[in-house]
Amino acid sequence: MTPTDKPAAPGRRGGVKDGQSAEWELRLYVAGQTPRSITALDNLKRICEEHLAGRYRVEVIDLLEHPQLSRDDEIFALPTLVRKLPEPMRKIIGDLSDTEKVLVGLQLRPGS
Amino acid sequence: MDKTRKKRAPSGSPAGLEKCPTGIPGLDQITNGGLPKGRTTLICGSSGSGKTLFGMEFLVKGGIENGEPGVFMAFEERADELAGNVASLGIDLQALINGKQMIIDHVHIDRSEMEETGEYDLEALFIRLGYAIDSIGAKRVVLDTLEVLFGALTNTNILRAELRRLFQWLKDKGVTSIVTGERGERQLTRHGLEEYVSDCVILLDQRVANQIATRRLRIVKYRGSAHGSNEYPFLLDEQGVTVTPVTGISQQYAVSRDFVSTGVASLDDMLGGKGCYRGSSLLVSGTAGTGKSSIAAHFVDAACRRGERCIYFAFEESPEQIMRNMRSIGINLQPWRKKGLLDLQAMRPTSYGLEKLLAIIERTVEQFQPHMVVFDPISSLELASSFEEARTALMRLVDFLKSRQITALFNSLTGSGDPAEQSEVGISSLIDTWLLLRNMEQSGERTRLLYILKSRGMAHSNHVREFFLTDHGVDLMDVYMGPNGILTGTARAVQEMRDSAAVLSRDQKAKQARLMIDHKRKAMEARIAELKAEFEIELREMETLIAEEEGSAKSLLTGRAKAGRQGKGALGKARQRGKR
Repeated sequence: MTPTDKPAAPGRRGGVKDGQSAEWELRLYVAGQTPRSITALDNLKRICEEHLAGRYRVEVIDLLEHPQLSRDDEIFALPTLVRKLPEPMRKIIGDLSDTEKVLVGLQLRPGS
Repeated sequence: MDKTRKKRAPSGSPAGLEKCPTGIPGLDQITNGGLPKGRTTLICGSSGSGKTLFGMEFLVKGGIENGEPGVFMAFEERADELAGNVASLGIDLQALINGKQMIIDHVHIDRSEMEETGEYDLEALFIRLGYAIDSIGAKRVVLDTLEVLFGALTNTNILRAELRRLFQWLKDKGVTSIVTGERGERQLTRHGLEEYVSDCVILLDQRVANQIATRRLRIVKYRGSAHGSNEYPFLLDEQGVTVTPVTGISQQYAVSRDFVSTGVASLDDMLGGKGCYRGSSLLVSGTAGTGKSSIAAHFVDAACRRGERCIYFAFEESPEQIMRNMRSIGINLQPWRKKGLLDLQAMRPTSYGLEKLLAIIERTVEQFQPHMVVFDPISSLELASSFEEARTALMRLVDFLKSRQITALFNSLTGSGDPAEQSEVGISSLIDTWLLLRNMEQSGERTRLLYILKSRGMAHSNHVREFFLTDHGVDLMDVYMGPNGILTGTARAVQEMRDSAAVLSRDQKAKQARLMIDHKRKAMEARIAELKAEFEIELREMETLIAEEEGSAKSLLTGRAKAGRQGKGALGKARQRGKR
């Protein structure tokens, strides 16, 4: 991981440039730089590049720095990926290591 | 008391185990001060058993009202729902939230919008809770109910590990917390939360018997502290949660040597002159219409006259009906009610169930702090349960009232068929003074009799009295005790008239005899007078005769002497001889 990949909240990175609207708005909630949050972010980047290249924006929120934000999206487990757009809201809990499940969770694949 | 507690302290509650009062009346008593401070307590029970309200009372009445802010993390209900639920208890949640005394954090978990992939933890929950605690300086936390997480997350291994970590984290935070759990079938909670909570576990229960639901509470576990181990009934109503640790009452209580009047002077006389002991228990039993309630009204009236406070628990009549009926015998209870000395409580035991009824009675007594209490009639308690349960309940009631030195009057309705002494066997041993009222049917009328079957610790009358209900209250009268047994009512009046007639005729005979004696004496005296008169007459006649005779003899002698001087006859010589 390069220093620019360091999760900082609210930090924005993604396939679209700042100021442009994205079709997919994703939020990843983490708590500090634990190995698990790093794994989750890596997995997320990989999946987005593979399936949503150029259409997504990712916001990483570190709850250690902004604990009050946990209430906004009803977060209780970490890491949690929230699909803000497109609606409806979806949540994926865990380090996103199971790509198939992440795609089902993001409704990019029909669920089993 | 203090001494024994100090002595027991090392085994009962080890040094350092501080208690955190719950603010729930009765619960702090059975836990010897409250929940373990800085630890987690599990409250489990089936749905609707009152877990949430327990938690809310713990936060509000135990904490916030004592200056300890609290956090309520709700997994099931939203804040506005909770506020609505507790508004009836007089708790204004919104005001507490606005005043930064309380935070209600509703954790909304929707299984349908979630997916799990790989490893995770519940750190967000910790952060959330920690943020809430820190933002208001909370000392108390309620988590209601964590088990929702089991429904939301499929990886129970992670969940269990995280729960273990959560409880440790709460302990490290130093907050006193309550977690609630749904009652499971074979274990205390459906998901075995009791595994993680080692300090204190309280079980709430609600059982239905004879269509009446009764709530009960039991402390399953309380590490390092002595606690009451029984099931305690508790109330959940507009006054919140009230636990009634009645079974915890012992027979160790002070007794009074003071007497209190029964309000019926003649009854006081029967009881050794002064009435009954303060704090004693009286039983008035009798069949229907024997005047039990009237005696009770006298008791209450007398107590209120002394300025004492009374509660009258009426199980069969409405307050208005009692007041009207008592006015007919000249007792007006209305002024005492107005003054706040008398509390007339009408309730139907059958609509509460025994435990709940007892709990209500005890709470009413605790709040009103009366000097005397009337139960009219306790036989209604049997309707709400079995005979055996009613007996146990009465025993507790007697102990409860005695421990507070409250004089108690129990009215008991006995069946007309069975002898009163038998049907009361169940509770007679608990009672100090037992008055028995009985109807007696005799020559076409019913009269009332009153006995004192027993009265502990005082010289009381063994006699039966006739019992009258007059327009100025109860009055007692000696019954007629003659050779043919006791007589009451008209029969007694007839017998008394008959007796006085007999007395009259005997009087007349004596008078007659006395007159006769008089008469005889007079007759005798008259005869004596007659005889005396006769005697006087005869006496006078005799004296005249004597005088005459002597007079003629003298003249004869003088005549002789003249003749003698002339002839110096023999007669003169004879006279000289006679002189010698």
